[in-house]
Amino acid sequence: MPTADGHLARVLADFRAGKVRGLARAITLVERRDPLTRQLFEALGPPAKSPLVIGLTGSPGTGKSTLGDAIVALSRKAGLSVAVLAVDPNSPFTGGAVFGDRIRMQRHALDPGVYIRSMGARGHLGGLSVASREAVRLLAAYGFDLIILETVGVGQSELEVAGIADTTVVVMAPGLGDGVQMIKAGIMEIADIFVVNKADLPGYERTMQEIRSMQNMGPKLAWKPPIVATVAARGEGVAELKQAVERHQAHLAASGEGKERRRRRLEEEAADLVAEWSRVAARKLVQEDPKLRRRLENEQAPYGVAEAILKEQGARLVPGVSSKEKPK
Amino acid sequence: MPLRIVMAKVGLDGHDRGVKVVARALRDAGFEVIYTGLRQTPEMVVDAAIQEDAQVIGLSLHSGAHMTLIPAVVDELKRKGAEDIMVFGGGIIPEEDIVELKRLGVAEIFPPGSGLQQIVDFLRERFPEEAAAPA
Ligand code: B12
Ligand SMILES: Nc1nc2c(ncn2[C@@H]2O[C@H](COP(=O)(O)OP(=O)(O)O)[C@@H](O)[C@H]2O)c(=O)[nH]1
Ligand SMILES: [Mg+2]
Repeated sequence: MPTADGHLARVLADFRAGKVRGLARAITLVERRDPLTRQLFEALGPPAKSPLVIGLTGSPGTGKSTLGDAIVALSRKAGLSVAVLAVDPNSPFTGGAVFGDRIRMQRHALDPGVYIRSMGARGHLGGLSVASREAVRLLAAYGFDLIILETVGVGQSELEVAGIADTTVVVMAPGLGDGVQMIKAGIMEIADIFVVNKADLPGYERTMQEIRSMQNMGPKLAWKPPIVATVAARGEGVAELKQAVERHQAHLAASGEGKERRRRRLEEEAADLVAEWSRVAARKLVQEDPKLRRRLENEQAPYGVAEAILKEQGARLVPGVSSKEKPK
Repeated sequence: MPLRIVMAKVGLDGHDRGVKVVARALRDAGFEVIYTGLRQTPEMVVDAAIQEDAQVIGLSLHSGAHMTLIPAVVDELKRKGAEDIMVFGGGIIPEEDIVELKRLGVAEIFPPGSGLQQIVDFLRERFPEEAAAPA
């Protein structure tokens, strides 16, 4: 087994040399919440440029991967390098998964300007947010011009996408029961752009109309999310989508909202890290510290112990500074 | 972190029932399967495995072209410096070819009739850390 430091050094060397393996292994480090993650980011420093991050979310089967593939094709023609991060839920029972998003993107398989990575959302580790945000940051550091973040819109995941992407695209399709009742709470708030895909199928006008009437019922917004019809399977409407993204980016820049979003994102990320670090360390503490265990047993309530851990162990909740052992 | 396996049909071969059955069984065993679909070239499979940081490539062949395509995947891994990625597979592959493929570096071939549990157990044995049974 290689030592942790040796592994990190090799990953960093490969990453800096522009080797895909270095990038892939760096993403694995953040994915498995490895304690080396922090050293990794500190060694890499802030990214030289910030890529555009487009989020694609929506029900399974609406055509997100196919649309992602079409956006990749268009962007490659414009000479942009593109990374796709496809996040799918793991089975809550076994933790396993079958990821099929790559199937739709096979024509880019041998293009060195395209990187595709499938990632499990693995609920028990705190959901999509922390690991995929860090993966996006790695993709930025590697130098991609465009990052497409695809996630299935189940549970809270679409809200989390909106916390990562610069422009969030909510993808719907006719004939999937994606009508008004499927326009979930929160969707109107997070969508920067609506796409009604599969516009070659009957019923797509009705889906567009339903979104429009939902919009008219809501408050007047500084940015009214446009509704774009696409046939992703044939690449139709994708140029219009690209224009809508560009208009949204211009709005973010002109209104100052882009800056505001980036600020909020960093605040969220800091708060999430505190939660993650302390959860991991606290779980270990309550399992291993006999004093804490006894106190829990006596009090039959968690509050006193939680407060004691935060107050007394504060610094030791930070990974890598545990006094007892160095994490491997 | 679950074991990650890239599974693919290489060459011109539409028999995807077996690979899908195995993919589902591996998912149910707690592994992460990245299925890349039909008509893959050895180069595509190897690139996918590197991008996905998979520890294993699983190939499924029913076309009769296994003696060219499977060794081509092994060679491509060597060419890309990724020979640490394990290759195994299944499908219509006669016993004498299995012997030869294993000599060329393929970890195992599971012919028709192989039990799904047998395949899961094989991976658990090879990857005791990543592939532990879910608690
Ligand atoms: C169903 C079937 C079809 C279906 C396929 C449907 C589909 N989407 O999969 C259809 C009707 C489309 C079909 C068509 C053809 N078929 Co056909 N087909 C079969 C048949 C009867 C069963 C295959 C099957 O699904 N088995 C069930 C699954 C679960 O088993 P399995 O695939 O073997 O998988 C197991 C193991 O092999 C292993 N495994 C498989 N993959 C992997 C991968 C990994 C990583 C691992 C670990 C294990 C593993 O694990 C599984 C569980 O034990 C076989 C005969 C047979 N007895 O195998 C012929 C057979 C495979 N077909 C054959 C032929 C010739 C054809 C055609 C060319 C016929 C023609 N002239 O038109 C076409 C070609 C189609 C194409 N585009 O490729 C031949 C192949 C001969 C050869 N290679 O030497 C066979 C062997 C029949 C024969 N005896 O001649 N076929
Ligand atoms: N008719 C039609 N089908 C499409 C279109 N785009 C995608 N599909 C099909 O819809 C299915 C699901 O597509 P996929 O991209 O995997 O959806 P995802 O689950 O949202 O990523 C596939 O069978 C696609 O071929 C389209 O524009 N029109
Ligand atoms: Mg998809």
